[in-house]
Amino acid sequence: MKKIATGNKAVAEAVKQAAPTVVAAYPITPQTEIVEQVAEFVSSGELKSRYIAVESEHSAMAACIGASITGIRTFTATSSHGLLYMHEMTNWAAGARLPIVMANVNRSLGPGWNIWAEHTDALQERDTGWLQVYVSTVQEAYDATLMAFRIAEHNDVLLPVMVNLDGFLLSHIMQPLDTVDLGDFIPPIHLPHAIDVKNPAGYGCLTGPDQQFRFRWDIERSMRDSVKVIEETQKEFAKRFGRKYGFTEDYQCSDAEVVIVALGTLGKEAEVAVDLLRKEGIKAGSMRLRWLRPFPKLDLKGKQVVVIDRDYSFGRGGILATEIVAQTREPVFSVIAGIGGQEVTYEDIAGFVRKRRIGEEFWFGVSGNV
Amino acid sequence: MFEIRIHSRGGQGGVTAARLLALAAIHDGKYATAAPFYGAERRGAPIVSFVRIDDKPVRIYSQIKRPDMVIVLDASVMDVVDVLQGLKKGGKVLVNSQQKKDFPGFLSSNVDLTGIALRENLVVSGSPILNTPVIGALAKQGLVSVESAKKAIKEMFSDERNVKAAEAAYQEMNA
Repeated sequence: MKKIATGNKAVAEAVKQAAPTVVAAYPITPQTEIVEQVAEFVSSGELKSRYIAVESEHSAMAACIGASITGIRTFTATSSHGLLYMHEMTNWAAGARLPIVMANVNRSLGPGWNIWAEHTDALQERDTGWLQVYVSTVQEAYDATLMAFRIAEHNDVLLPVMVNLDGFLLSHIMQPLDTVDLGDFIPPIHLPHAIDVKNPAGYGCLTGPDQQFRFRWDIERSMRDSVKVIEETQKEFAKRFGRKYGFTEDYQCSDAEVVIVALGTLGKEAEVAVDLLRKEGIKAGSMRLRWLRPFPKLDLKGKQVVVIDRDYSFGRGGILATEIVAQTREPVFSVIAGIGGQEVTYEDIAGFVRKRRIGEEFWFGVSGNV
Repeated sequence: MFEIRIHSRGGQGGVTAARLLALAAIHDGKYATAAPFYGAERRGAPIVSFVRIDDKPVRIYSQIKRPDMVIVLDASVMDVVDVLQGLKKGGKVLVNSQQKKDFPGFLSSNVDLTGIALRENLVVSGSPILNTPVIGALAKQGLVSVESAKKAIKEMFSDERNVKAAEAAYQEMNA
């Protein structure tokens, strides 16, 4: 049936179908609608989960960790300061190899107090061992959430997955949503190291200098293995439900001389900028980065690259631009735009491409730099 | 692509009107995005919401700068907001009003949504419901089909009076 849903509702719909046994969450704008909707599904009996209303995000993740270690499926959602408050526990979730799925509605960090879209919140979690995917439509928010459970719980991965969607720009807008008949797309969870009362074992023990690096390497090994699992999962999703996803969404890239790289809704609106530029005779393309961890191999050889960062690492640069330069070893034009929900139109994006200065950084809207 | 900007006050249902319109367009087999503009809005303050309707998936997330149509659910916002800002030459203006107001260079229409809501006793917490009748007026304008408009309203509201109000607005719109 044709439906219309917000990005938040689409995530909640996917959670209902994936049916985690435990959901522990704390509300925060602009994510609240996800946990409200999930709580309603639990209350109405449509979702047979234990919903734990906790007193903080730190506790939300701690509760998910405690539940997950018993070998059950878990979900939580957060945003911005909520995510940062979880930070200690997000590291623990990955280190304990728990396939928790979390939706993060990307929002700026205070001060100034700002509730609008920015990616710095999730990007500050990039070194924790979580897989991260960024979506650009309501449909993709739903599809990616379903796939997140299958990927996280795969025996070759067993790492948590974060699904990121732009605050308000995607969380609160309404678009068409096709829901699927899930069938056995997400197999039953089997956690090999789940707590078993018949076979007691210690968890979180002191790990000495002769062992710790082995656990760290094991996370990285699984992160590398996850590439294949993501590919397989996306392929299987396309086979069953007809919607194709890759590590990136490439638009008019094959013959492009200049390629725009961005995350989330900016990456989708960039496609409209590409259409505009092509009419002017500029061979542009758009490569919307979907997976940030594991970071994919990007095919940008021989292209001029314009990276748009809705985030920043102070004293270094746009986080995405830094990651891309580290991989391609070629300079890019680094644009910082959309911070704290700053309005960026496809015409603005086309302007970045027209005025590109490879090797330089440009803060959109900052005088003296405009 | 057809771009619509809806002006209302917080609590009057402008966001729901956008959502209903988008849903009706989707039922017509089109693609649509309904987007509220979230600022420091609160009950009673002037707010805007946006709808984009297209034959292809909508890929634009930024605000509508040059709408094809403007809908004014509360005529009093025209005292404080330039509702015609950016409206394309020859663009449409639909105002919730008993009287038709002339907007030189634009196609003006009006319908008494408040009167219809009060007549149908569509009132919640003392406020007349404007978002379901306005969809009837928009069906009359040809933005969506009558069938899809009714289907969208029925999906979102169980109370039959909403459909009746939309039918009344369809009949009474003054173009």
